[in-house]
Amino acid sequence: MTKPGEYYQRDRMWHPPAYDKDYKTSVTRSPQYSLISLQNSVSEITGPTFGHNDVDPLDNDLIKNYAQPGQSPIGERIIVHGRVLDENGRPVPNTLVEVWQANAGGRYRHKKDTYLAPIDPNFGGCGRTITDENGYYFFRTVKPGAYPWRNWVNDWRPAHIHLSIFGHAFAQRLITQMYFEGDPLIASCPIVNTIRDKAAVGQLIAALDKNATIPLDSIAYKFDIVLRGRRSTMFENRLEGN
Amino acid sequence: MTQSLDYLKETASQTAGPYVHIGLAPGAAGFDIYRQELGWDIAGPNARGERIRVEGIVIDGTGSPVKDVLLEAWQANADGIYAHPEGGGEVEDGFRGWGRVITDFATGEWGFDTVKPGSTPGRNIGPQAPHINLWIVARGINIGLNTRLYFEDEAEANAADPVLNLIEWERRRATLIAKRTERDGQTVYRFDIRLQGEEETVFFDI
Ligand SMILES: [Fe+2]
Repeated sequence: MTKPGEYYQRDRMWHPPAYDKDYKTSVTRSPQYSLISLQNSVSEITGPTFGHNDVDPLDNDLIKNYAQPGQSPIGERIIVHGRVLDENGRPVPNTLVEVWQANAGGRYRHKKDTYLAPIDPNFGGCGRTITDENGYYFFRTVKPGAYPWRNWVNDWRPAHIHLSIFGHAFAQRLITQMYFEGDPLIASCPIVNTIRDKAAVGQLIAALDKNATIPLDSIAYKFDIVLRGRRSTMFENRLEGN
Repeated sequence: MTQSLDYLKETASQTAGPYVHIGLAPGAAGFDIYRQELGWDIAGPNARGERIRVEGIVIDGTGSPVKDVLLEAWQANADGIYAHPEGGGEVEDGFRGWGRVITDFATGEWGFDTVKPGSTPGRNIGPQAPHINLWIVARGINIGLNTRLYFEDEAEANAADPVLNLIEWERRRATLIAKRTERDGQTVYRFDIRLQGEEETVFFDI
């Protein structure tokens, strides 16, 4: 019997390590023992499924989803679009993508954010969507501003959008951040630099996409997301029973 | 020269940061935006089995509660079936088996209501004891942490569980066993998660 098999193991040298002294908060929040490696069981190859009952059509439009009628948030109007793929290059359709971000001034709508840049009354800062049958997704929003944070005395986060992606298995669950091409703050960010491999950082930087720009309206950035791929050979170990 | 393998690389993880609530639980961030937030009802109204509550706290390396954690739970129903095309069968209408919970900003306590899952098939040898899969993200956590919650009153199944038995250090297995208590007639399982220290919780690379 051929049955799609396990997910490819995570490349832990590619992902950031748990402990990084230059990202200070990680010091006391990083497990010290090695992770215990598990081959996939049914608990890992399954994961929650979402449908169009779960999200509303406007949820992916951050310019409209919190604005007063007839108003819109301050900032550079942008489109973020791309595909969710797996490591085999196959699209991941019907999967939930959630995003959150600061407003154009670098301020989050969060009761714990006290940065002096103002809240934008027309900007919530979150969105969600479900990829189509080709794994495609898009959001409309305003470009987030850089903001200072307490790490070293004068650290600034580059402009970024946080993304949460499910895939089709709990083993594929991922949270990451998207940066913008050309941002000079990327190189010196301690959170970006938790990732050791420059190619892995490059994969987090969305490219300016003039082809997808809407003339006289919104500029576009393209950001493809890659989730773990899955083995499917006829020699696969059986996953169930004994 | 050899042929090149055309695999893509998985997108690297980045911390969920301190404001994860905006995206995944905006009500907790302090505003109302969606018709319905996701993940607050794990089992739904029709789930069979024992109704339980699970509570805990996440503790950092200084022994302090971590107050900005987001946890996700993934579990089978009482029959050991996951709500997924490869989950082993049909589940009750409204049973999703997935939940999302955040810690209290003041105390670090978290908790969710669900049903106790059944045992599920193991990879090769024997069934897996009833368990809830947990995924933990927060500021300072660079890549989500995977762990499993097992149940104190399933001692026999736990002793035979292929995953618990994979943990070489027997005393570390105890970090995955939730304690059963009763409160106002309700079953409450207590599951504290320690990110560091002598009793560091076992985390898995799945
Ligand atoms: Fe951020």
